[in-house]
Amino acid sequence: MSVLVFTENWDGKFKKSSFELVSYASQVAAMMNTTTTVLSLGKVEKSELDKLGGFGASRIINGVGDNLTVFDSQAFCRVISDIAVKEGATVVILSNNNSGKALAPRIAVRLKAGIGAGVSKLPISISPFVVYKRAFSGNAFAHLTIRTDIKIITLAQNSFELIEKNAEAIIEDMAIQLDGSMVKTQVKEVQKQSGKILLTDADIVVSGGRGMKSPDNWGPLVELADLLGAATACSRPVSDEGWRGHEEHTGQTGKIIAPNLYIAIGISGATQHLAGVSSSKYIVAINNDKSAPIFEAAQFGIVGDAVKILPKLVDAVKEIKS
Amino acid sequence: MKVLVCISQVPDTTTKVKFTDGFKKLDTTGIQWIINPWDELSLTRALELKDDPATGVKSVTVAHVGLSSAEPTIRKCLAIGADDGIRVNAEAADAFYTAAQLAEVVKNEQFDVILCGIESSDHNESAVGGMLAELLDCPSVSAVSGLTIAGGQATISREIDGGREIVTVPNPFVAIVQKGIAKEPRIAAMRGIMMARSKPIKVLEPVNVEVYTEVSGFELPKPGVACRFIDAEDPKQLISILQNEAKVI
Repeated sequence: MSVLVFTENWDGKFKKSSFELVSYASQVAAMMNTTTTVLSLGKVEKSELDKLGGFGASRIINGVGDNLTVFDSQAFCRVISDIAVKEGATVVILSNNNSGKALAPRIAVRLKAGIGAGVSKLPISISPFVVYKRAFSGNAFAHLTIRTDIKIITLAQNSFELIEKNAEAIIEDMAIQLDGSMVKTQVKEVQKQSGKILLTDADIVVSGGRGMKSPDNWGPLVELADLLGAATACSRPVSDEGWRGHEEHTGQTGKIIAPNLYIAIGISGATQHLAGVSSSKYIVAINNDKSAPIFEAAQFGIVGDAVKILPKLVDAVKEIKS
Repeated sequence: MKVLVCISQVPDTTTKVKFTDGFKKLDTTGIQWIINPWDELSLTRALELKDDPATGVKSVTVAHVGLSSAEPTIRKCLAIGADDGIRVNAEAADAFYTAAQLAEVVKNEQFDVILCGIESSDHNESAVGGMLAELLDCPSVSAVSGLTIAGGQATISREIDGGREIVTVPNPFVAIVQKGIAKEPRIAAMRGIMMARSKPIKVLEPVNVEVYTEVSGFELPKPGVACRFIDAEDPKQLISILQNEAKVI
């Protein structure tokens, strides 16, 4: 019996979300009176792996081998499932990010395990195993009982505090034998925007809606985001109009985010939009309509023309940063 | 080439959800049921591909696991342009149960491309597509925001952190679809609605599958504190509150 947590790496590095995942896993393991084993696949420096021990992992399996560079859901599922079986893992935890969502259901089938996706708190109980998860796109939460012997959980990003421990983990290297013919995915092209803060990783998000009036008015919004070290986002009408790319669309059918601070500028706050941002710790709203629903979700608000207020905000931030 | 689009039926996304039976069940009174938004986009893209003879897509089928009360939703898919529908006559007990029923559908009929929405807007499990692929032992590509097919070979655009990858996988495969796959959902025209009446919906009885998970209760989010308004002439005050009180900047 143990908790196995899969930590993805990005060019050999972990992120805050990886540490959140290990913190969460070790708390679950404590509830079960067991220990946490981390599984890392692909080349990661030892110094980077060591960091995971500081968040409560007792063992780290450093899986290296050929054919792990292309992310193939089927092949990765095979590798992770085999290790989970070998380890006798009873709970397998992944992030609820792109790769976690791709892998968790496949692993669940292989291990005959029930799945609880997008959990944002520790399990409500271990026996029976009940998790607390997002439902109705953030408009409710469900208590989901997982009846199977093995349980799969995916953790919502930015939903769990980091818990640092003064501890070290044992690192075990493991050679991963993955036959090249198992990897069916062929990558033809990679298009990456470099230097941009990722929306799903960001602590602060500055988001614009139709109240911005025109794509030409985005300059000060981007400037504000840069000054705050924030990612930029937008509402659905804005991405539908092509004012901003759909990767910035935040809301029910776009990205679900939970930053520390979400600044909604010229966004009225339809149910579908709030579903994507309601887990933010603080919401600031700037809108010319005082009765807009965004003010019901916000802690702080300014009623007024977004386009006129934005440059003043930029100046105010410049002042405190100087 | 045959395309299958898996369809879930969900409450209209503007629904203020309520629960009954001591917060154990959704109160369905007055709920408008719609096609799950990502499934609707998948269907739209499948039909766009069928419209272009160069793709080789000959038919688009929709499949749904649900009781007869869902027939209007399947009929709507046919009105939008799907050629035929399959309904597995069972309540979708959980993600694995649903995926296992869909796997039977695929095994019986052989599809080349299977599209599933990345999640349903009610259960948010993001699981059926991946489970279906594993049950079929075929490749799956997740976070798909673009799909083109030329001469039976699919080229898929998938979202990765900070960008996208263009990938290929051999047929048959499951594409787990998110926003971007189609611009706007296609809407049924009068002619489509008329034609849908005579399109076939096959009803299959479910296979026996173990249910792995069960919702034991729901909670509504706690109401937040009232919004504190700041004078539009003094945005500096806002920045000062964020810095000194909330300590988030």
